[in-house]
Formats: sequence, structure tokens, C-alpha cells
Amino acid sequence: MAVVTAQKPSEELITIGKTSTQSDAITLRIARSNPAEGQETTYAEFKVPVKKWTTVLEAILYVKQNLDHAVAVRYSCRQASCGSCGMKINGKPALACYTKVSEIKSNVITVEPMNNFPIIRDLAVDFKQLTSNHKKIKPFIINEESEVTPESKEFIQTPKDLEKFLQFSYCIKCGLCNSACPTMATDTSFIGPQGLAQAYRYVADNRDKGKEERLKIVDNSHGIWRCHFAGSCSHVCPKGVDPAMAIQLLRGYMLGFQK
Amino acid sequence: MRESIIMKIHYGTALGAVALVAVHILMRMTQNFDQSLQYENVIANYHFLPYALMLEAVLILLSVHGFNGLRVILLELKQGSTYEKMINYGSIAAMAILIAYGSRTILMAGMGIS
Amino acid sequence: MTERLSNREGIKGMANPTRYGIERVAYWLQRLTGLGLLAYLIGHIIETSTIVHGKIAWDKMLEFTQTIQGHLFLTLVIGMCVFHTANGIRVMLGHGGIGVGKPGQPEYPYKASSLNYKQRLCIWVSIGLAALAMMYGASVLFGV
Repeated sequence: MAVVTAQKPSEELITIGKTSTQSDAITLRIARSNPAEGQETTYAEFKVPVKKWTTVLEAILYVKQNLDHAVAVRYSCRQASCGSCGMKINGKPALACYTKVSEIKSNVITVEPMNNFPIIRDLAVDFKQLTSNHKKIKPFIINEESEVTPESKEFIQTPKDLEKFLQFSYCIKCGLCNSACPTMATDTSFIGPQGLAQAYRYVADNRDKGKEERLKIVDNSHGIWRCHFAGSCSHVCPKGVDPAMAIQLLRGYMLGFQK
Repeated sequence: MRESIIMKIHYGTALGAVALVAVHILMRMTQNFDQSLQYENVIANYHFLPYALMLEAVLILLSVHGFNGLRVILLELKQGSTYEKMINYGSIAAMAILIAYGSRTILMAGMGIS
Repeated sequence: MTERLSNREGIKGMANPTRYGIERVAYWLQRLTGLGLLAYLIGHIIETSTIVHGKIAWDKMLEFTQTIQGHLFLTLVIGMCVFHTANGIRVMLGHGGIGVGKPGQPEYPYKASSLNYKQRLCIWVSIGLAALAMMYGASVLFGV
């Protein structure tokens, strides 16, 4: 299907050329860089026709299909479920598929790779550190009795029990929180809001028995104590995970405020 | 020392300092501000043992809190084991020096050595 | 080179108080006032140490600090102290998980409950208290 759209580019492109002065066309500035080859960041400008419902990702894909095939961007689901298309849109981290062009009150939209992640090329960044920090906090239920045997009973979890962690399990690992975090801006060893929030997600789960283990993992000089509750992570989270809340609640266990 | 213990000390010193600094400032308010800074009045403050002890406590609390805060900022700015060790020991040394220097003033002024 | 490859925002990004709401401004102010107060503490300990050199040295120090600039600086210190204290208490309680809201089912448009009105109000109250304290301090220092 995507190929079909790509077959009609020139027609639409001509239209853009003719109607570039119209208000339904925006200027999309895409940061282009290839650090592996020592290429400095430059900004390529494209005129893109938009409709009321056009998302930033669609605008980028329009450029990729019609104007410059070499633009590197990572995306997949186009519905804020996979967490692939995180990038800086007019200076703020956001999901490109979840941000409508019409929401941005500007005719010029600048897209850049997310900060605090190494750039692979253009808008695509490396998630290695995020995934390794995520793994570090043991993102799974630790419970020796989790094996189902003929004698074992079903583990009953009340809606109240579920509510304690459900919100935090909606994390799609898009990395926007890590990109907005002021500590992540300078601290290369910091676990980051994503990992810390996920640590709370499992600690708050009453099936889990790994609380002490996880609290030990986050209790170091680049762990939970480097969060200063600036709230930027929650500000940009596209799924309402609220990492700032999770981190404070997790720290509450360590300070004895939470049981 | 575990980071959680260090940070608990950080919070504790903050709360202690808030209470004692409030007393310290209120002492200036018991009389006219300029008058309270007169040499004789300040010396009298240092000679009053409970107040001198309070000043010593404020000095310790604020030095620990302040330099630990600076340590936190510096640890976040740059990483590396040598750098981090330097920052950790450096902040302890800075705390100790400031406490020693301030204590010297409290002690000497309190005992009338000048 | 490594910095460029890792694409960290660096100090510029960390110290930029815009973009992420009043909570980020409070974070920035807390840091700034903390550093300012530490500098003042060191200066204050050095200035008060002149008392051990006798009345003449003390009076000379007072002459140096009891100026308009000195009073303006002290007024600023009062403001920094009050903001750092009030906002510090908010942050400390927040760190204990107090006042950050309760976990629940997130609903569109996904407003974070940790960034609630209580937190924002406390930040504004801290700023307000600092301003009031500065005004009072200035009135005492300048003898108005």
C-alpha cells in the first residue's frame, strides 16, 4: 500500500510547489546527521502539504517517499503503541505519530533526534542504554512460587492491587522521559526515569518478591537519588505513565513513607 | 556509605538547619539590626554558651548539607571512577575545613581569645 | 566528540528552565539558590571570622558589608534562603511519595497526577514567600 502512495509523489509535489503559499503547507525542517561518519548536523527544509489530521510522522514519511528517500527515521505502529518514533519536535520530545501538525501552532516544524540518546543517523537514535538500564532493574515478576503445579492455586489480585502498578505497565519504552530528564542531560550513568518507573511497577506488584533486590539496584550514586522531581519525564510521557510519581513512590519505600 | 544513608543525612541536616537558622535570624531581630551587629553584642552572643553551641550545630548542619548538595550536582555533571572519588573525598575535605574554620571562630570568640 | 556522539543535552539542557513547566523552573531555582547559599555560607564564615582579630577588624568588615550593595546582596540571600527552604520541604515530601497523587488508570489526555495543582501551588507559594521575605528583609536592612 505504501508503494502506491509513493507512486504518486510528483503529482502531489507539483501541487505543493504551486500551493506553497497556502496555509495547508508547512515547512518541515529535518535534522540530518551521521555521527559515525563524522557528519555534523545540518537542517534540510521541505515543503509538505498537510491536512487537519496529518501527524508529524506522516509529514516525515511524505518527505521520505516523495522528496528525500534517505531520511532515516524509526517508526512502526503509527498509533502510539510501539514507542519507535520518539523525537524532538520543535524542541520538545514527543512521539511523531501522536503529534498532529495542527496541534503545533507554527508553520515551521523542526524535527530532531531525541537528546540523551546516541544518534545512529538523522532521526534514528540508539536505544542500547535504555534497554540495558531497563534490564538492570529486573523487569519481571520475581517469585519462586510462580510455577504452576497441580497443587498450586490461582493468584488472586484485586482491582485495588492491580491499580497500584497498572498505570506504570503502560510504558512503551519510547524514551521520551529519558530525553526530557535534566539529570540524563549530563549523567551518563543515571538509570533514568524509564528504568526507575519500571522498578516501581514490579515492586508495587503484590505477586513480586524482588523488592529488596530492586531497591538495592537503584540505591547507588547514579540511581534513584539522582532524581530531583523536576517532573519533565511525566510532562512528556505520551501514555500517562507518570514516571515522576512512580519514582517518588519507590523512593517512599526507601525513606520509610511507603510500606 | 550507601547513597540512601547519605541522602537521609542530607534531608535530616536540611530540617535541622531550617529550625536552627530560624533561631539564628530571630536573634538578630531581638534588637535593631545594626545594633545587633555591634562588636560587643556579637561577642556577648559568642560568650553565651547555648547560643555558641547552636552556632556550632548550624555550622555543621549547613556544611554537611551544602557540600553534599554540591557533591550531588558535581556527580551528575561528569562521571568516571577517579572523578567521582575525587568529588566524594573532596566534599568531605571541604566540609571538614569549613567546620574547622568556623569552629575556630566560635571557640576563640567564645573564650575571648582575640 | 563522545559528548556529540552520545547527543546529551549537557549543562545547557539541564540548566534550561523553559519547556517543561513550572516544576522544571523550581528544579532550576532550587539548584541555583542552593549554590548561591553555599557560596554565602562560605563568605559568611569568613566574614564573621574577623571578630577574632578584635573590634577594629570587625568594624572594618562591617564597613565593607553594610553598604547598599551589601544590603541588596543580603536581601537576595534572604529570598534564596526562603525559596530553597519552602521548595525543599515540598521536594522532600514529594521524595517520600507524599502529595504526588495516587496511581490509577490513565485517561486521555493523560495529565500526570504527580504534576498536580498542589505541587504547583506550593512552588508559587515558595516564590511568593521568598518575595515577601525579601521585601521584609529589605525594609529591615535599609531601615524603612
